[in-house]
Amino acid sequence: MSAATAPVATGGPETGYNFAYLDEQTKRMIRRTILKAVAIPGYQCPFGGREMPLPYGWGTGGIQVTASVLGADDTLKVIDQGADDTTNAVSIRRFFERTAGVATTERTEEATIIQTRHRIPEAPLREGQVLVYQVPIPEPLRWLEPRETESRKMHALAEYGAMHVRLYEDIAHHGQIATAYDYPVKVNGRYVTAPSPIPKFDNPKMHMNPAIQLFGAGREKRIYAIPPYTRVESLDFEDHPFEVQRWDEVCALCGSSESYLDEVITDDRGGHMFVCSDTYYCAERQAARPAAAAPWSEAGGSAK
Amino acid sequence: MAAPLPATDLAPGFAEPVRQSQQAFRAALNALSYPGRVVTVPGCVAAPPLGPAQAALALTLVDFETPVWLDHAAAGAAAWLRFHCGCPIVETPSAARFAFVVAPEAMPPLAAFDAGSDEFPDRSATLVLSVRSLSGAGDLRLTGPGIPGEAGLGAEGLPPDFPAQWQHNRELFPRGVDLFLTEGDRLAGLPRTVRMRS
Repeated sequence: MSAATAPVATGGPETGYNFAYLDEQTKRMIRRTILKAVAIPGYQCPFGGREMPLPYGWGTGGIQVTASVLGADDTLKVIDQGADDTTNAVSIRRFFERTAGVATTERTEEATIIQTRHRIPEAPLREGQVLVYQVPIPEPLRWLEPRETESRKMHALAEYGAMHVRLYEDIAHHGQIATAYDYPVKVNGRYVTAPSPIPKFDNPKMHMNPAIQLFGAGREKRIYAIPPYTRVESLDFEDHPFEVQRWDEVCALCGSSESYLDEVITDDRGGHMFVCSDTYYCAERQAARPAAAAPWSEAGGSAK
Repeated sequence: MAAPLPATDLAPGFAEPVRQSQQAFRAALNALSYPGRVVTVPGCVAAPPLGPAQAALALTLVDFETPVWLDHAAAGAAAWLRFHCGCPIVETPSAARFAFVVAPEAMPPLAAFDAGSDEFPDRSATLVLSVRSLSGAGDLRLTGPGIPGEAGLGAEGLPPDFPAQWQHNRELFPRGVDLFLTEGDRLAGLPRTVRMRS
């Protein structure tokens, strides 16, 4: 886990590419799509997704959105499951360092654009920040209705009964709604929308968030948005209200009881520990703690 | 429609298209995301009869894929738009994806423009209006996504029945047209989600 670093301006960008890789006509088309997506919160706008120099599933949609929004003065942060230093985050960050020459950072509050795979940072976002989600399957109704023509009609008519039936069946089988990630939300009281595979722990952060939230799905060629200060409700029932995950443990490294925890296996004898999934948040908390303090795992006794 | 001008008489477009169109897009994105706020577009160009912010939005968003409708007062911009954006200019408002309006008081009603369909509400027109004055505090009271609580917007030069027209546009949701109001190099966004009372 690397320590948080100040923004670093990288060397000159690659020559032979347009700024941020995409050509200007593609950016214009994506920019038009983004504006319509913001105007129709939660609606999946089709766009002419381009082939990118990395495989589908690695964030081709998010990269195209970021490339169209990004300017020379922006500071970019890229996270993958909350971490700044995993393969996907490192390669996308390097992609924009090389094709756009923009400053990058791991500090959530310094970033003007944050591209994310499957997490929302723990630190609160602010106005003017743009959060770009990588989305593998943008259609929340896809597992209920495989036909695009039909799911499109269901969205047009706001016919979402099938989704409630699915959640009800969860309760009937398991006694609770078993969906733990990509938990469907309703945006501004109208469109049922996939929040991308973020843990449902993060769903409440989407509600009335001051930042601009953009979603890009490269393989499915869809862009959608949640504008700032917009109602985002996780679907639920009166007698089974929406709940987020809770842990009995605290983070073994920083002691946080409020962040989203990953379970990490530490040996082959069943040893494990829980640590923050947001590496920047965790590193900041560790740095703020007195150096003499004992490791939390001993104090808390979470590792066995 | 005005006869095409000799190219030497055309006003120039962006000197640095990559940077300036990105800046204009971010201004438009911020304006549409935070309705009621007046955003300055950096690095505008002059292309009369279009206002500077109108011209910047045209250079940023319009191309061969987007038919454009111009009101009578904006008709002089046709040659400039054709040259710099390569866009078709259409005669009927309902055929346009973008409309640039310089005299909004005399413009056709919002309902004359394409509001998209229930299944594809994104295939709708974006209207870019030039108003006499624009301020972030005024008697149009706005609520909706992008607005914490309520926002005020002052715009002079809109049709007298604009709030009623907007209310009708709002009721079409998810169909509807989206607006940018511009004055000089400043603009404000009105996405179709906004509720307005005056």
